[in-house]
Amino acid sequence: MTAPAQVFPELSPAQQERLAYRRGQGRRSRLLAGTSTVVFLVMMGAVVVLSPGWDRVKEQFLDPQVAKESFPAILEGFWLNLRVLAVSAVLIVVVGLGIAAMRTLRGPVFAPLRVLATVYTDVFRGFPLIVLLYIIGFGVPGLRLQGVPTSPVVLGGLALVLTYSAYVAEVFRAGIETVHPSQRMAARSLGLTYGQSMRRVVLPQAVRRVTPPLLNDFVALQKDVGLISVLGAVDAVRAAQIEVARTYDFTPYLVAGLLFVLLAVPTVRLADWVNLRAARRQQAGGVL
Amino acid sequence: MTPRSSRSAFAISRPAFAILLAAALVATACAPEDDDTASTKPTASGSESSATADPCAKETLETHTPGTLTITTDKPAYPPWFEDDDPANGKGYEGAVAAAVAEQLGFTPDEVTWTRTKFDAAIAPGPKDWDFDINQFSITEERKQAVDFSSPYYDVTQAVITTAGSKAAKATSLADLKGLKIGAQVGTTSYDSIISTIDPDQKPAVYNSNDDAKQALENGQIDALVVDLPTAFYITAAELADGKIVGQLPSGSGEQEQFGLVLDKGSPLTECVSAAVDELRADGTLETLVDEWLSRAGGAPVLS
Repeated sequence: MTAPAQVFPELSPAQQERLAYRRGQGRRSRLLAGTSTVVFLVMMGAVVVLSPGWDRVKEQFLDPQVAKESFPAILEGFWLNLRVLAVSAVLIVVVGLGIAAMRTLRGPVFAPLRVLATVYTDVFRGFPLIVLLYIIGFGVPGLRLQGVPTSPVVLGGLALVLTYSAYVAEVFRAGIETVHPSQRMAARSLGLTYGQSMRRVVLPQAVRRVTPPLLNDFVALQKDVGLISVLGAVDAVRAAQIEVARTYDFTPYLVAGLLFVLLAVPTVRLADWVNLRAARRQQAGGVL
Repeated sequence: MTPRSSRSAFAISRPAFAILLAAALVATACAPEDDDTASTKPTASGSESSATADPCAKETLETHTPGTLTITTDKPAYPPWFEDDDPANGKGYEGAVAAAVAEQLGFTPDEVTWTRTKFDAAIAPGPKDWDFDINQFSITEERKQAVDFSSPYYDVTQAVITTAGSKAAKATSLADLKGLKIGAQVGTTSYDSIISTIDPDQKPAVYNSNDDAKQALENGQIDALVVDLPTAFYITAAELADGKIVGQLPSGSGEQEQFGLVLDKGSPLTECVSAAVDELRADGTLETLVDEWLSRAGGAPVLS
């Protein structure tokens, strides 16, 4: 950073010495950090590679040939994960926000709505996702009603939306309740209606505060989407499982796992960036 | 049913296990065979007088009750393995195989006694009060720790099942199944055989268990389900309200599950019973019986 040099164009020899010392300390600490990281990684690597079972593990989990052969099937499954993820994530946010709004409504008239929202979050947060998947995925088509979908993808997506919107609704509610009442009162005293103050004052602050937990839920959803495979759909992990059964080699699982990591990393980075930008805007150039 | 759970466990077996099994099969199938083909030849040529050299002659066999062959199976004994819950009538595939083995060993039907033994009890270690048990026992390494197996008398095939109202109900060939939605349990030979023999236009639906797959079949989420033939008989008879076997799939590649007769560990009869089964396989008797009792009487034609 050149900022100090601009503020103090002429530095005293003592200050220059101080800065040089600090730079030296910085270099030293970076060097130490780098060296210790390398040493640590080499040691960890050595422990794994020199272990007695390494050759067998390498063969069973890191076979490049198997990885190459299984990749197209796993990628095809992953594409299903992505499509279900995209659609259900949007629905989850919409439903979750709706439930949160219902639960935070004021006034005795809205008591039934509040109760309904509370019951919804209690039930669907408590219900194990896998059981819900079975009940909706096999139970609903079992009714054999006209027009009711039988596709495992649609029904599985529905179960995901029910469960995850309950989580997300509570995250939103927490966000809404952290906005200080004075904000709401100020908005109302300026003449904004309840809806307007909610939309223009409360929610923008609430959503910004809960972005990290929302993101946690999103990353968890990325992986839970694959659970629809219990209903018969072939997602990335199921495709990998089929390949594992075919090749007697666990490498396909690793391939599928890495695809999920590749999906999660950019999501997290994007959210970090959005948060940072929001924080900068909020501070509007101020330093405090 | 215990037989079924043991089968599906087998289907997801691991490579080492498969190799071991193959090696063991080769070992048990070959070693005695060499001895027996040499020693049974005199019997086969009809000269009973030379029986002194034949360790498998009826008189020398150390059966549980001297002079009679005691065979056992579970109760109830159900089709297509047995008929009318009466194993002694020689009907049904296993009833017929048991009768043929007894005959091969030189016992007349009068000299055969049938008893009943629970599936689990038969493969538990300990002394046995019968000579062999025939009850759809898959030959596995684990079970070989506790009991002896004869040479396999049945190679398990895969079968397509459906329900009466389904699109698959009228299918009579592999081509008829090609356009349909077919399901199977993950990691099984059943799944592999869908890909290798039917090669359907739609991706097969894959389930954690046959129970899940059955539910999807009943819901109409899939048109047909592939399971092994013994399971197919059981599911269509006992578990589905209007279940129907479409047919057997032509046997594909890959590891083959096999049924063997169970004998006491270290039984003096094992080699002779194996030799008898080998003889029935070699002369085409087993094939004829499969065709008669499983394909035709069982209503499971081989699809092509």
